[in-house]
Amino acid sequence: MIFLRLIWSYLKIGFFGFGGGYAMLALIQNEIVTPGWITEQMFTDIVAISQMTPGPIGINSATYIGYVAPGASSPALSSPLWGILGSLLCTLVVILPSFVLVRYAGHYISRHRDSAAIKGIFAGLRPVVVGLIASAALLLMNGDNFGTTSPDVAKSIAMAAAALFIVLFTKIHPILIIIAAGAIGWLIF
Amino acid sequence: MLGKLFWTFAKIGAFTFGGGWAMISIIEREIVDKYHWLERDEFLDLLAIAQSMPGILAVNISVVVGDKLRGLKGSIMSSLGTIMPSFLIILLIAMFLTPELITNNPTLSAIFKGIRPVVVALIIAPVFTTARSAGIGLKTAWIPAVVALFIWSKWPVVSNPILYIVLGALVGWYLTARSHKLLNRRKDNKQQ
Repeated sequence: MIFLRLIWSYLKIGFFGFGGGYAMLALIQNEIVTPGWITEQMFTDIVAISQMTPGPIGINSATYIGYVAPGASSPALSSPLWGILGSLLCTLVVILPSFVLVRYAGHYISRHRDSAAIKGIFAGLRPVVVGLIASAALLLMNGDNFGTTSPDVAKSIAMAAAALFIVLFTKIHPILIIIAAGAIGWLIF
Repeated sequence: MLGKLFWTFAKIGAFTFGGGWAMISIIEREIVDKYHWLERDEFLDLLAIAQSMPGILAVNISVVVGDKLRGLKGSIMSSLGTIMPSFLIILLIAMFLTPELITNNPTLSAIFKGIRPVVVALIIAPVFTTARSAGIGLKTAWIPAVVALFIWSKWPVVSNPILYIVLGALVGWYLTARSHKLLNRRKDNKQQ
């Protein structure tokens, strides 16, 4: 049953989502993309769309994946109504763990915020979060996103390298970079 | 007040690109400076709680602020307000910009071929910036490297990111607990 599996996956994503949106991508990949509910290419497109629309990437991706996953899992669920139900479920479920934790454990955490144990836990999580983001990037470096013919791959790598340089060394907004990439893609592919 | 809470957070959700960090200053401006619902140091305390919790930062902030102001109803209204704009916008996009449309339309397909490698680059960039702010040096770089490679391997069990989140928390907790014990023992020895 796709809806129950979506609920279970998004509960896990919400509960273990430490380190912000990019680190959360690794969890979404493991729960949603690797089992084959959506393709890697669709996942990259969702990240692109999330970057260009307002709101947190965790919400945006839950809404989008919730909409497409039922139809992708079975033709019987391809009606938009099932899609809307899926996106409602995923979006509400992904915020549920943070809702419960923040409301009911928030006071406890804030009282013990300066304790050695809490500080230690966050110190231990920091290098893991870097690894999670790196894994999200590694998993997306494939033929789905970089093309399969050698001219396509060469163009894609050149664009990725240029974008990486721009992001790391200038203050140009990511939305502008994506818009420019779309325009260049339209010209060269 | 509940309605106002909902619409304030909906407005914040509708106009901030880039999630939590971009939202913080706007939430602060609305909640502290404009409506005076909270004092600045109260807001900063709540922000610290929101940051120390898993989940989506923007949602966490809206839950703590809503809870502080109006309890359970407040936190429900403010978090629903935060997610409503993204939900509606993405739902519309998902309904009309379908994966089939992107593949079958030559113009859209070319546009997305250009966008995809650049999105990957946008995810590579925070690897470096987060590593720097986390104080990862040459000696500790193996930890994220091993984590990333095992997740990338897609092997059963070891490719599950949750495993490393739990491990990282446990190891961090154990190491600080142990160093505290050693420190206390040394203090005791000196006193004797």
